[in-house]
Amino acid sequence: MFLTKEEELILAGEYGYALQKAMEILVALGEVYGAERLIPIKSAQIAGVSYKNLGEAGLEFLRDFVNAGARVSVYTTLNPAGIGDEEFMEKQREVLELYRAMGIETTSTCTPYYGANLPKFGDHLAWSESSAVSFANSIIGARTNREGGPSSLASAIVGKTPEYGLHLDENRKATVKVKVEAKVRGFVDYSALGYHLGKTLGSDVPYITGLKPESTDYLKELGASMAATGSIALYHVEGETPEYREALVDKVETITVEEADLRAVRESFSDDWGEIDMILIGCPHASLMEIKGIAELLKMRGRPLRIPLFVTASRAVKALADSLGYTETIERYNGRIIADSCFVVSPIKGWYRGIATNSGKSAFYFRSFGFSVRLDDAERLIKEAP
Amino acid sequence: MKLRGRKIVGGKAEGELIVSRKPLSFLGGVDPETGIVTDAESDIRGESIAGKILAFPRGKGSTVGSYVIYALRKNGKAPKAIIVGEAETIVATGAIIAGIPMVDEIDVSKLKSGMRVRVDADRGEVEVLSDG
Repeated sequence: MFLTKEEELILAGEYGYALQKAMEILVALGEVYGAERLIPIKSAQIAGVSYKNLGEAGLEFLRDFVNAGARVSVYTTLNPAGIGDEEFMEKQREVLELYRAMGIETTSTCTPYYGANLPKFGDHLAWSESSAVSFANSIIGARTNREGGPSSLASAIVGKTPEYGLHLDENRKATVKVKVEAKVRGFVDYSALGYHLGKTLGSDVPYITGLKPESTDYLKELGASMAATGSIALYHVEGETPEYREALVDKVETITVEEADLRAVRESFSDDWGEIDMILIGCPHASLMEIKGIAELLKMRGRPLRIPLFVTASRAVKALADSLGYTETIERYNGRIIADSCFVVSPIKGWYRGIATNSGKSAFYFRSFGFSVRLDDAERLIKEAP
Repeated sequence: MKLRGRKIVGGKAEGELIVSRKPLSFLGGVDPETGIVTDAESDIRGESIAGKILAFPRGKGSTVGSYVIYALRKNGKAPKAIIVGEAETIVATGAIIAGIPMVDEIDVSKLKSGMRVRVDADRGEVEVLSDG
């Protein structure tokens, strides 16, 4: 891999231990994946925030790295934190403090694009958080590989990333065509479609036809579910996403998605209300539009929920919901908006045993944690819930 | 027998091999306090990688696994060197921050637990000294 004079000096340790280690990571990854050089990035989004995932091992590394003078050199935001008991929260606070000490905005959300960190078309990024990676690549047309927590941190510190994978034009072309014959209308249909495609395709770049999403939120959910059940980091939707015109180059295989495929996903998450003790909306974190919708649905329901409703969102979106009165409405019906946290990365087993959700991503993870899961549209969940 | 691969992290080490035939997850798969493999799907479950030369086809699982490799090193339970068939982000990053010599592009099927090997990661070489 070609390195500039300055990059060589960083690698030799002339700028200190933290920069040297970060550069070693980028150079090694560049060599592993065949990059020719490093390219500057506009921003970073870092996973490995919840203490549930980091553990003592990660916390120790962050402490040592901060002591060694680690500082980010580009705009950097964080993934959601976890929620747990007192001891857990103490560790969680320390994690956030350490990231803050590196110069990172401690906005802890999987939807940084609804607030602090909105890239533009063509920007090179080093983002982790698979749903945000999918959103940035597919809906915005920015360019990022599916980074891990440590590699995105290394990129944030150096301000660069090795140029391979989705940074290059040739790797953003479709590798499979998906003809959707099923009717895909509401949020949960997009969840089910994403869930099905992730399972079926694995790590392809799909070119999808037959979709007319009414809202960006639907595409957000499609990509998040796809990235949870598979490792898809970029998809194109004909007539909808910014790079679809250039995406179909090679002759690729076509697969068809029928009504029965989506029904199978929904039926696999249809546990009885008797086994459900919480409703979860906002995976990925809810937009203001989704929150407004929830508040209106609760008013139509007209009576409080007997099981709690949690809506997870970024602090930025929650602040708007607070000032516009939606938070108050949701609380009146036994709901809560939880800011900058995520149940998927929280040690909540034992607190709850079954969740109802409109998110394919949440359905996938909570089932794998051994929870009962009911997947349906928010309209029906809020209407039918006890 | 001498196997040639590629340097990921430089350095040299000599010791006893432990070989996992299956991909290895570090987060939830290796106890950072003891160096014992806990991954339920692993064929070397219950065995310790501490102080040995660890060979496996490739890493898998959460990217936070890199930090487990770092913690193993801090707790004195790290492998002396890492040999993989195919390097990927998790293990390469872990070996770098922990400073553990690492080579990839090695045919791990030619190696077996108990062998004594010498790893010269700077040259990307693994030499089998005895069958153990």
